[in-house]
Amino acid sequence: MAETALTSTGEPSARVGGLQGIVADWSSDQRAFKNVSWGKAMMWIFLLSDTFIFSCFLLSYMTARMSTTVPWPNPSEVFALNLGGRHIPLILIAIMTFILISSSGTMAMAVNFGYRRDRVKTAALMLATAAFGATFVGMQAFEWTKLIMEGVRPWGNPWGAAQFGSSFFMITGFHGTHVTIGVIFLLAIARKVLRGDFDLERRGFFTSRKGYYEIVEITGLYWHFVDLVWVFIFALFYLW
Amino acid sequence: MTNAALDVQGTQHSLQAHVLDTVAPVAHGKGQQHPIKLYLVVWGWLFVLSTCSYLVDYFGLQGNLRWSLIVLFMVLKAGLIVAVFMHMAWERLALAYAILLPPVLVLVFVTIMVLESDYTRLLRVLFFASST
Repeated sequence: MAETALTSTGEPSARVGGLQGIVADWSSDQRAFKNVSWGKAMMWIFLLSDTFIFSCFLLSYMTARMSTTVPWPNPSEVFALNLGGRHIPLILIAIMTFILISSSGTMAMAVNFGYRRDRVKTAALMLATAAFGATFVGMQAFEWTKLIMEGVRPWGNPWGAAQFGSSFFMITGFHGTHVTIGVIFLLAIARKVLRGDFDLERRGFFTSRKGYYEIVEITGLYWHFVDLVWVFIFALFYLW
Repeated sequence: MTNAALDVQGTQHSLQAHVLDTVAPVAHGKGQQHPIKLYLVVWGWLFVLSTCSYLVDYFGLQGNLRWSLIVLFMVLKAGLIVAVFMHMAWERLALAYAILLPPVLVLVFVTIMVLESDYTRLLRVLFFASST
């Protein structure tokens, strides 16, 4: 905690740390986030707002599940698969979890190679991340198809409380949308990395601003957030 | 005379702009530089924790043991992702607190909704008992 990483500024970091640092950074008309670029700060603030959206979804799920008098379908059974003649509970969700965690790992390393200005490795790791993400969405599509074929609808299902379907489709659907957007975001930035935009400081198409490898880290923040949300969905919806 | 004064002002202005520039974000090679090994170790731990939480379900643990293990693994995984993968551990506290404290307030909301849904359930049991 003592050595704050200088993310993006050449400012000599002679500022106090700890709680006094919070007061010093926030007080009197000035930039609050001293060593963080606006792009990164805005991504964090967006992620904070997204946290509240997912919190509301999970809360409404909790409320529906706690207040219903009809038994809740057992997710362990609902999401079980028959693999090789064996009935394995929740296996598809477990595989999806591992895939998303792997994608987070490759993303973290992509950020690292980005700051080392290793163009090819960064792009390759980002493409691997995107591939993991696309696989995840594909498995989710399979899961949705399977449940819909078994008769799960937003207004009812064969096993119990009707709110199961609406909670499930709402939460996983919104998360899947985030993953899909993340894959598109990753592909767009990976293309720029591969083309050398951030080495040549080529100006952006929309913004006309010079690009830096920091955008890889910002993309990474979004991607890790998607993984983070899945951690909570996995625990609270599938395991609970 | 006035021209000269304006010139001086102008240079002062550009000097100020220059100083501001050095403070403003310029990401040249700097940034979050940590050894790859750190990421691999965290990755490994995330796999271990995910496996543990899956095993909770696989072995069909129930009751308080199940809930406490699920929440424990969830919090540990979330902490690792935010602290290391998202580099929050190396950011200044002004940013970390600005981002991490507001979600804690969600717990207040959780408390409210727990009380509320207990009440709703009670009413449903009392007045719609036939539907159970």
